[in-house]
Amino acid sequence: MWKTLRQIARVGIATENPPPPDESLRTAQALAEEVLKVLGRALCIRHVDAGSCNGCELEIHALNNPIYNLEGLGIRFVASPRHADMLLVSGPVSRNMEVALRRTYDATPHPKLVVALGDCGCTGGIFGTGYATCGAVSRVIPVDVAVPGCPPTPTRIMQGILTALTQCGDQSSDLSTASSKAGNAR
Amino acid sequence: MPLRTWWGSARELAGAPRARLLAVAPESWREVMQDAAAGGAPLLALWAGNGAPHQRAVCAALMGDAGVLVIWLPVGDGGEYPGIQDLYPAANRMQRAAADLTGIRSSDPDRRPWLRHSAWPADAWPLGSPSMPPPVSPPPIDDYAFVRVLGEGVHEVAVGPVHAGTIEPGHFRFSVVGEKVLRLEERLGYAHKGIERRFSELGLLEGHRLAARVSGDSAVAFSWAYCQALEGMAAHDLPARAPLLRALALELERCANHLGDLGAIGNDAGFAFGLAQFSRLKEHLLRATLQAFGQRYLLDFIVPGGTRVDLDARGADALDEAMTLLSREVPRLRDIYEEHAGLRDRFAGAGIVTLDLAVRLGLTGLAGRASGQAFDLRVDHPWPPYAGLSVKKCVQSGGDVLARVTVRFDEVRESIRLVRRILSDLDPGAHVIPMPDPDPGVFGVGLVEGWRGPVFVALEAGEGGRVRRCHPHDPSWQNWPVLEHAIIGNIVPDFPLINKSFNLSYSGPDL
Repeated sequence: MWKTLRQIARVGIATENPPPPDESLRTAQALAEEVLKVLGRALCIRHVDAGSCNGCELEIHALNNPIYNLEGLGIRFVASPRHADMLLVSGPVSRNMEVALRRTYDATPHPKLVVALGDCGCTGGIFGTGYATCGAVSRVIPVDVAVPGCPPTPTRIMQGILTALTQCGDQSSDLSTASSKAGNAR
Repeated sequence: MPLRTWWGSARELAGAPRARLLAVAPESWREVMQDAAAGGAPLLALWAGNGAPHQRAVCAALMGDAGVLVIWLPVGDGGEYPGIQDLYPAANRMQRAAADLTGIRSSDPDRRPWLRHSAWPADAWPLGSPSMPPPVSPPPIDDYAFVRVLGEGVHEVAVGPVHAGTIEPGHFRFSVVGEKVLRLEERLGYAHKGIERRFSELGLLEGHRLAARVSGDSAVAFSWAYCQALEGMAAHDLPARAPLLRALALELERCANHLGDLGAIGNDAGFAFGLAQFSRLKEHLLRATLQAFGQRYLLDFIVPGGTRVDLDARGADALDEAMTLLSREVPRLRDIYEEHAGLRDRFAGAGIVTLDLAVRLGLTGLAGRASGQAFDLRVDHPWPPYAGLSVKKCVQSGGDVLARVTVRFDEVRESIRLVRRILSDLDPGAHVIPMPDPDPGVFGVGLVEGWRGPVFVALEAGEGGRVRRCHPHDPSWQNWPVLEHAIIGNIVPDFPLINKSFNLSYSGPDL
């Protein structure tokens, strides 16, 4: 126990400030202000791997390390789409996952946001569209924000999530201000 | 007769060191397999398709004492060959996947589809026909014939393909009494992306990019195995610096994955401190990798003829600093893990795979070494530069979660040593040289010890610098069925922990 406590004290707080939203990642019109207020600072994300190579998953895991500390912003991953406000979808949507992805989307309550992740989620990537893959996530369910990269860095994924949570063109909206406050408070 | 005799009549194969190809007649196929199984030669892979030369065939790769023996059996239009599931239980799913993709079937009784769910019809074969019927969207729901367990109080728990955590898609069907697991049956294939068909649409000199994305967490291992096959086929020698840079990348990949797993396994036993600490260390390692090679995960590092980028002095310093950090902090955390009574209680005795079971079922790689199978390609079948690095094999005999954790700790220490050794061994020179296309019809194999286990690639060159056929093989093929045994008699809430201690790939074997 003593060694554990000493290690915690030795490391201290490793968390860095979050990145700002990036409008270039947006693919659909932003949600209305009142909706964003509801989602606000307690966003729940359900991740769906729709056939990725597992590269994107490695970087999603990194979001919860003490350095990116996504949960410190009030954004956390939940175990069921029924508890989620946002779906974070990776992969070139394999046809074997198409029904599961559609059902997950249907099970997510309104209002909901979808962030497509990685080159595969954006366009189908190197796997493209074929007998086994549908290609971009937007070919199967509506997408609000698409984050390219193979895999996208944790910073880019955070930017994608934060962009979906801000109003179009509004860099100083509720969440980004609040998140920088959260960053400062650390 | 011993496998050695068959080895003697086989011809040399390009790529991996000491690899040979043996073409057999239908009556000898089973005979070779029986001799191999009797001699304890593990099955590395089984696949089908237009094998070398261009013909319908089924192939199996065996790891014999003398080297890698690829058995090649031409299959007639009937498309059936004698199954080997009785000799190699792990062949079951490989045979079924081969049938789904090519129509070439084994004679074994389990004819359920494996990779084909319902996205394409049973009489269309992605690797057998130039065009596939247009897909129906969404595909119809398919009804997979799970094995049912009957009896008083037995019920089923179905999990997946969308899981509660950030993991890949797969379905687990538990038959339980109370909280005790009587049987687990896995249903995979959800991440099937048509990789093998996609390979044949690519040039030989671009296939390494797809190979790296067979299983993103093993990108270095797969792209190296692919390039090893390709470079052997083109009879192309690498500059001395290239294999060392590749080994550096492979050890960084091993280290990063082990650190991630050590944290996640601790977390699954309720010790969130472990996840926070190890994920922080992993992040430092990834940032050093970014500084050294321009990517956090090295999906585009290994290219035919060498590596995409060189390592400069600044990058070497970043890696050296990361190794200093790890060699200071990992032993501290190991101490904490070892002294933590709660962790020990969860780790020890959970998900046991005995050596006897491991050998019978063909458990391989890291999990195999945790069950007393002292085999590591870097030591037992080294490829350049590993023969010169005198790798220490890390073996445990417990076969439980604790043993798999201990092997990871030992391998992290060894990888740190190897990274430092390579950094000091590196001589200046070219890191890549131009690569010619191999001749059409040439066949080669690649074999690399990835962090999870042996990664195998079989590659055949086509006309005009194209890939004719490529089969990339992840060790998870062998280890998934063993997980079904490891969980028997354990309680359902221990499944995430036991599963994580294997941390198998879904994308890798789903292809």
